[in-house]
Amino acid sequence: MSGKLSRLFAVAVAAATLLAAPSVVAADRFIIVQSTTSTQNSGLFDHILPLFEKETGIEVRVVAVGTGQALKNARNGDGDVVLVHAREAEEAFVREGWGVERFDVMYNDFVIVGPTAGPAGIAGMSDAVAALKRVAAARAVFLSRGDDSGTHKKELSLWRAAGVDAQAASGTWYRETGAGMGTTLNTATGMGAYTLTDRGTWISFNNKADQAILVEGDDRLFNPYGVILVNPARHPRVRAVDGQAFIDWLTGAEGQRAIASYRLNGQQLFFPSRIPGRPNT
Amino acid sequence: MQDFGDAFGLAFGLILTGDADLAEIVALSLRVTLVAVAVSCLIGFPLGAATAILRFPGRQGVVVAMNALMGLPPVVVGLLVYMMLSNAGPLGVLQLLYTPTAMIIAQCVLVTPIVAALTRQTIEDMASEYDEQLRSLGVGPVGQIGTLLWDARFSLLTTALAGFGRAIAEVGAVITVGGNIDHVTRVMTTAIAVETSKGNLGLALALGFILILLAMVVNGLAMTLRSQWMARAYG
Amino acid sequence: MVDLALPQGAALASRRPILPLQATGLSYATTQGTWVGPVDLSIGAGGVTVVLGPNGAGKSVLLRLLHGLLEPTSGSVTWNGRTADRDARLRQAMVFQEPVVLRRSVAANLRYALRIRGLRGAALREAADQWLDRSDLARLARRPAAVLSGGEKQRLALARALCGEPEVLFLDEPTANLDGASIVSIESLLRTARDLGTKMIFVTHDLNQARRIADDVIFMASGKVCERAAADAFFETPETPEARAFIDGGIVL
Repeated sequence: MSGKLSRLFAVAVAAATLLAAPSVVAADRFIIVQSTTSTQNSGLFDHILPLFEKETGIEVRVVAVGTGQALKNARNGDGDVVLVHAREAEEAFVREGWGVERFDVMYNDFVIVGPTAGPAGIAGMSDAVAALKRVAAARAVFLSRGDDSGTHKKELSLWRAAGVDAQAASGTWYRETGAGMGTTLNTATGMGAYTLTDRGTWISFNNKADQAILVEGDDRLFNPYGVILVNPARHPRVRAVDGQAFIDWLTGAEGQRAIASYRLNGQQLFFPSRIPGRPNT
Repeated sequence: MQDFGDAFGLAFGLILTGDADLAEIVALSLRVTLVAVAVSCLIGFPLGAATAILRFPGRQGVVVAMNALMGLPPVVVGLLVYMMLSNAGPLGVLQLLYTPTAMIIAQCVLVTPIVAALTRQTIEDMASEYDEQLRSLGVGPVGQIGTLLWDARFSLLTTALAGFGRAIAEVGAVITVGGNIDHVTRVMTTAIAVETSKGNLGLALALGFILILLAMVVNGLAMTLRSQWMARAYG
Repeated sequence: MVDLALPQGAALASRRPILPLQATGLSYATTQGTWVGPVDLSIGAGGVTVVLGPNGAGKSVLLRLLHGLLEPTSGSVTWNGRTADRDARLRQAMVFQEPVVLRRSVAANLRYALRIRGLRGAALREAADQWLDRSDLARLARRPAAVLSGGEKQRLALARALCGEPEVLFLDEPTANLDGASIVSIESLLRTARDLGTKMIFVTHDLNQARRIADDVIFMASGKVCERAAADAFFETPETPEARAFIDGGIVL
């Protein structure tokens, strides 16, 4: 490349990158929502948030991490709203004064996935606890999130109900990835292992290979999501008004309709809670 | 091998169709990293040169620390900067968390030690040759730093490129302080992380190829400019 | 034609001169032994003082002690009765055996030295041009200094040293690595400098060069000053056995 041309190109690249990048600071109104990877990666937010933004002019910025980290970030005041799926942790969050009030938003269910011709032989079962007992008995490889997330807490409660101390076997047939759902599913596919996942993430996941849903339908696999406003009394910089507007919309008729209308591969991933706007049902 | 082929094809397709999301992510990656490298050089060049030529108590400790900090784990840097910028932290009032500025700060922390340590080595190698002549001419320590840095400019460009390479490739720091927010703080590496977590391995790999291509373009451009610059300076 | 007496030179003459240079009990020792000293001498204005002697005699160390590049372990150096300060520094210059040129053009090298001495704008450009002409480097003015030949680089180093109109110029074997033609052009430039009134203190081990250019001679051996005399007297009738051996030996060490 000739001298002048490459210099011109360099200047053009520099100018383009400096000018073309989104002018983040210029956004007038926005809220930060600490949420989970299941809501983000499933595409739900991409579907419902534009509707809210168009109606209110409030941009919603989602930080999608695990439930544990989302609640921790919110305790630090680094979010205006949390939307997660770990009922007990959410209630503790409000009880300790970090959140104002918890509202039901939506629900779906968890499923156990794994190799169709797996060693534990649990395909088609609808009793999750019995299925996990078989997995333990067969010492079949089971992957845990191991990250204090909603999924992780649900998984541990199922092991407790099965009377199995799975964590004692950590490192043998029971393996803790300490990672998000997507990473854990990738690892499960790679190892041909069993794992617990929420249906929304599973349906939107594209590296299923030979893995499939093996166990579903157990009442204990119920997965409710809650939304909480971060307490402005504890963190004065919380955008309480806009945050509450989001919660009102989400639990109101429009938000609930938007959630219900989201389809992926023809399937509905999230179901709106039946009584919008009433706490702790 | 079929996956690689698919990924290549996907990468080409994204580039040729001028995919808008891709352009946005590439632009932000370049903006964050180029600004971070520029600031790191502004700090690291004089810091490295000063450490090279000045003698002060504890100098050896500073040199060791500089070299060791080159190996700072990005995820740790991300955590530390997060704790500083968090609303619960000392700099929360600046409201920088989850913005590109926070990402630039984190990458500066990562890149400055690299620039400083490499600059120190480069200048130290030159200093003994220049020392007597510069002192004879009446140049003080500050002037010596400036003169040595300018005379070392071609090596320093390579140092800057080393810093660029480190920054454009890291994900641990930017994902923690940036939050990987779509259209706001999503860069190439965090986009790859998200697509991987969705199981979209082909797309993740394609983005990876594009990132490598991006790094090659920047380096190629820098080296071309460098050799022209050198030709003018050396004849 | 450019006036040889620059405004800067006039200002120099009206200021207090830094000569004579006085060394008292000067010595330099390291853990490896005493390189130089003790040395007592006084160098006044006018002409070329050659510091002569065999290798290892301490000539280069003495030069650096006088110029202030080395701190003596004992003794002192004074300039016209005063200790060395920044003003004295800026009115001296030194040329080394290996020329150190900056990575920029030939003309920029000269401008660098001139800027340190406070010149700006038109005065700076004129001074640079004048010395480019005097050192026959004008046609190379915009060339990068790094591509010059050894002889040209040394001429540049010398021009750079002289363009600031120093009162004293130290030279440490400046032509030791050069061919005959380069030596001729360097010595010619030195004559120009001497005619302008610059005092030169010149270290060499080349007897013939010393005969060509010296006005007076300081002969050193084993770190001490053995003999000091006017050039003619020294070369005709050296007094000390070391000096006699050096001159008679005639070997370029």
